[in-house]
Amino acid sequence: MGIGETTLLLLAGLIPLGYAGFYLGRRKALTTVADGVRMHSRPQQYGWYSVVSMGIPAIGVAIAASLLNLLGWITLPAELVLLMSLVTAAAGLGYGLKAVRPTLRARNALDNIIRWLLLGAALISIMTTIAIVLSVIFEAMRFFREVSVWEFITGTVWSPGDSFLEAAGRGDEISEGGGAVFGSVPLFAGTFMVTAIAMIVALPIGLLSAIFMSEYASPKIRGIAKPMLEVLAGIPTVVYGFFAAITVTPVIVDLAGFFGLDASYSNILSPGIVMGIMIIPFISSLSDDVINSIPQSLREGAFALGTTRSETIRSIVVPAALPGVISAFLLGVSRALGETMIVVMAAGVRPNLTWNPLEDMTTVTVNIVMALTGDQSFDSPQTLSAFALGLVLFIVTLTLNIISTILVRRFKQEYD
Amino acid sequence: MTDQSENNTPRLTGSVNDPRMRRRYRAERRFHAYCISAVLVALAIIVTFFSDIIGQGYTAFWHHEVQVTLDYNERSERIGQFALDSDLRDVASRGATRSIPRAIDRNPDLLGTTETTWVPVKGDIDQHFKNDKALSDSLEEKVNRLLADGQIRNAFNSRFFTAGDSKLPELAGIFSAAVGTLYVLGITLLFAFPIGVMSAVYLEEFAPDNKLTQTIEVNINNLAAVPSIIFGLLGLALFINFFGVPRSSALAGGLTLGLMTLPIIIISTRAALRAVPDPIRLGAFAMGCSRWQVVRDHVLPASLPGILTGTIIGLAQAMGETAPLIIIGMIAYIPEAPTGIFQSATVLPAQIFTWASEPESAYVEKTAAGIMVLLAVLLTLNAAAVLLRRKFERRW
Repeated sequence: MGIGETTLLLLAGLIPLGYAGFYLGRRKALTTVADGVRMHSRPQQYGWYSVVSMGIPAIGVAIAASLLNLLGWITLPAELVLLMSLVTAAAGLGYGLKAVRPTLRARNALDNIIRWLLLGAALISIMTTIAIVLSVIFEAMRFFREVSVWEFITGTVWSPGDSFLEAAGRGDEISEGGGAVFGSVPLFAGTFMVTAIAMIVALPIGLLSAIFMSEYASPKIRGIAKPMLEVLAGIPTVVYGFFAAITVTPVIVDLAGFFGLDASYSNILSPGIVMGIMIIPFISSLSDDVINSIPQSLREGAFALGTTRSETIRSIVVPAALPGVISAFLLGVSRALGETMIVVMAAGVRPNLTWNPLEDMTTVTVNIVMALTGDQSFDSPQTLSAFALGLVLFIVTLTLNIISTILVRRFKQEYD
Repeated sequence: MTDQSENNTPRLTGSVNDPRMRRRYRAERRFHAYCISAVLVALAIIVTFFSDIIGQGYTAFWHHEVQVTLDYNERSERIGQFALDSDLRDVASRGATRSIPRAIDRNPDLLGTTETTWVPVKGDIDQHFKNDKALSDSLEEKVNRLLADGQIRNAFNSRFFTAGDSKLPELAGIFSAAVGTLYVLGITLLFAFPIGVMSAVYLEEFAPDNKLTQTIEVNINNLAAVPSIIFGLLGLALFINFFGVPRSSALAGGLTLGLMTLPIIIISTRAALRAVPDPIRLGAFAMGCSRWQVVRDHVLPASLPGILTGTIIGLAQAMGETAPLIIIGMIAYIPEAPTGIFQSATVLPAQIFTWASEPESAYVEKTAAGIMVLLAVLLTLNAAAVLLRRKFERRW
């Protein structure tokens, strides 16, 4: 029996039992009430109490058994698990029905169970974080068993190309000096280059748009411009990638050619600019929020001293909003670092240490995708390198997010 | 002495003749202009972007078809190409006749009959009409003659919506990707909506203010900002390698996107719950409701529009996501729509990515057209979310 069938059979058993439990529990409560005895809770709450005392142990048994199977500690046949679960369900139902009596506080018990269920749901997000950390660290450790951490962090040559030959036991086919080298500096250089270009585009446009919308625009214009800008945030990154590769790159190559410069068709400038466009709405809407939460009295005080609007903005509003603006900037940087599709589609694949944005460069995310979409076996160092890169990316973006959260909290404390 | 007297008289601020005032006003106008031009640049980018995509993609909704007479004979029973008039074999798409042997096999009565029908022309010829792609002289002369004779026509490309992916650009469509998207989003919704709403209800209505609650809150905010590709790594390690979910399947994709959408749904649901004023809760408590009864009968119904708005926005974001799905292998070549959640599937953004990497120029318009469909759906979803909020939002 497959997992799907077993689950279906389990549900086919539990749902009728649940119905039976509800009606039997409620009937018992109703007959007790009819006899003139006052019960603590409403009859249907006793019904639900029976359902819960049937369902939770049964589902618990099923989940525990499948977890044990998954971990490979004990292997139980699916039929046995099904049987155990249904027997537990029947026993639970019997217990639940027996417990229905006037003194039973079914309502409080239900409230407690619901509280635990909800807590369980809330813990899933914590477990997601733990799972991310564990899975990425676990696979990265396997990578660092073969490649030294120091070489990974400081090496300036990234050439995983031949590692799959080694993994396949064909190490002798590797050309002279062509073994796998995992120095991640060129990848991070590319990532920082593309992030820097993106922020050079996004910060001025985003910040000035935010200032325009919160300080200059009439409510009507603001009502049009703000949603328009937010359209940019709803565009999928794969679409930006296509735009960068098909439209922006040729324009940049032509422009560079016009000025007598030589630009690569996978230059890093084009994905950088398009990524900047993608980040504009983040910067503008976050800055807009902070600027709006600056108390009006600060502005009025400045106006009373005779400053013009732009002087007020430059010397009062923006300095007051600075922590929020920096936080928006950091969130934007974190977005840019982790952005994948734009660089996969428009940036290069050749690790290249350069300051020239017209040359092709590759990034961390591009290499994660390349490592995991190739034909290598999962155990090859190239595949595992994706997790090492992912680990660094996760740590860097997490740090940026935490700093940004702290800044915003300080800012809010100051003005709330 | 006039100089000095001028310096001593108190200046009337705001006097337009004062050079310093004039400088300050100029600076003011300059700054205002910078701000306006930033917004205008952003709007210009939006206009350029949309007109570029539409300009490249609208042609894909029409294509050229050639009228052929399919001859179901012994030869075409083996090789479909022979059903065509030999003159049209280099005009009509190879794919149009590919299924003929199977059709005859299934329905032997066809043998010996003929059928006149319109089939797509080869991708190169379609591109010749649309973008002046160079053809060999004889072929160019032939297709121009056929066009003049009315044997080639420009027709609505319904195949784009009803066919799956194909290695022949003239036959490729978005149907299998659209079905895959529905499967994936369905799983995302089933996973993220209940868990997200339950988490938010716990945090807003039930949770005591202790260390655990604060940890969960901080954690959710951080999770919302984790790069999507990291969720792909998680999906690969957790669902595929650990739980053994089939690679490329809609289930793996849906669960991965579900984990990614979860924090978005939690955050927006919490905002919606917080917007319900406390007197509603206190009133219900005063009538003797338990906490769960307060939430179920009063708080949740009042906040439902906000919760649904957040969910739609979260789903729209999941629908456009590509990077995590590439990591878990959802860029396979899928010509047939999947019929189950364990089968290999692809989604619209992944289909767009696959087409964008194809070298043939005919795929460029397909890619842009796929993008137009995706953007239309996303904009509709977002507009629906905004309308929902406007229509049902209650001011307390």
